[in-house]
Amino acid sequence: MKQTALNRMHHEMGGKMVEFAGFEMPVQFEGINIEHETVRNALGVFDVSHMGEFWVEGPKAFELVQRITSNDVASLYDGKVQYSCFPNGEGGIVDDLLVYRFNAEKYLLVVNAANIDKDWNWVVKHNIHNAQISNASDSTSQLAIQGPKALEAMQSLTTTPITNMKYYTFKIVEFAGVKDVLLSTTGYTGSGGCEIYFKNEDAEKIYQAVLQAGADFGIKPIGLAARDTLRLEMGFCLYGNDINDSTSPIEAGLGWITKFTDGNDFIDRPFLEKQKAEGTSRQLKAFEMIDKGIPRQHYEVFNENDEVIGEVTSGTMSPMLKKGIGMAYINKPFTNLGTQIFIKVRDKKLAAEIVKLPFYKG
Amino acid sequence: MNIPAGLKYTKDHEWIRVEGNEAFVGITDFAQKELGDIVFIEVDTVDEELDAEETFGTIEAVKTVSDLFMPVSGTVLEFNESLEDAPETVNKDPYGKGWIVKIKLSDPAQLDRLLDTDAYKALVEA
Repeated sequence: MKQTALNRMHHEMGGKMVEFAGFEMPVQFEGINIEHETVRNALGVFDVSHMGEFWVEGPKAFELVQRITSNDVASLYDGKVQYSCFPNGEGGIVDDLLVYRFNAEKYLLVVNAANIDKDWNWVVKHNIHNAQISNASDSTSQLAIQGPKALEAMQSLTTTPITNMKYYTFKIVEFAGVKDVLLSTTGYTGSGGCEIYFKNEDAEKIYQAVLQAGADFGIKPIGLAARDTLRLEMGFCLYGNDINDSTSPIEAGLGWITKFTDGNDFIDRPFLEKQKAEGTSRQLKAFEMIDKGIPRQHYEVFNENDEVIGEVTSGTMSPMLKKGIGMAYINKPFTNLGTQIFIKVRDKKLAAEIVKLPFYKG
Repeated sequence: MNIPAGLKYTKDHEWIRVEGNEAFVGITDFAQKELGDIVFIEVDTVDEELDAEETFGTIEAVKTVSDLFMPVSGTVLEFNESLEDAPETVNKDPYGKGWIVKIKLSDPAQLDRLLDTDAYKALVEA
């Protein structure tokens, strides 16, 4: 099993360690609910060094990134971040990712840990014009510092102003005495904050500085379990659950990152454009339980005539709303807001209702 | 690890406290720590007579679902309804206010098959 550069510190801090995407990662420290609330109300720090980082550089960099991602790379400017996905050439998704534009000839792609090898092979395969590409995943560490107080607390570690940064932008800063730290106002929690990237050898120093700078604001280390409940309360997709090689970005509700603009000739564009125009037979929808119960991945969804109309892709008890929430692929015509559906929880069919995202509005 | 004397335990990390012909059943401190924050407990077997190791309910943590098993054969007399609104009581007080069901024993001799405090301690500390 792989370890991140902070493995020793997680053990020291009492993290409950599990295997995730080939890495030994902390799933929980103090408890999932307290960790979740800490991020919603103050700030928490996550080790997300398992994520993958690919650099794409040179005169052909733009062309490659534009070709393999669904969003419009031409709309980026220096210092801007974009959420996107790699269409797989068969109507599905290879992975979802972030694209960072340093300049017109330099991009950083941040991908999911579980897909690093698959994604790298995909990028290499499509690099027909020989952009300079490198896989920095093994040497790069990443922390997510998330919560309403995160930027204010982290400001003490850098002289570059960060509290006024716009959402989904980044700067290269000196952070906790370490030069060339990438700091972006991104995250997977919906509670604001930043993510920072740096070399493995600086990981312990930076992690300790973050804990210290956040101490007065109530910072806590947060595990992967709370990362999942936080993202699900916002309705953010998780690759492997809500999206995969056989779900299209259109049916997953990711039309907003699938841009049919002039010059954006990405893989699967004709297919997805047709799908967007004609509609899909199923859609990824958010639902809240009406009856008491907790939806889980793979539970079946029924209509009131007892016909199967879908399957749950993610589900949990929402720590903020204190009720069961989930996402499911649901067949038309049962996808409208307010439609009553039934989730089969063990041997019972429990009532639920299709709702708008996000579940938690802060 | 809190493993009180005077209770009997199962390999599934449940405890049983016998009072005459009746008994209280819950999950151990070890089990609640392993599960993490408990968010839902469902028991719809009240008044049913169940065999030892049959499922009498389910317990859900944020991330997981687990079945609850009868430590011995018996009739489920009562579900601790305070857990419907406050399932976290099982985390806070697993051997006290966090009891889950009260049962009537069908065959008290079955209690001898369960683990005593030392045997359970050996199991979880192995």
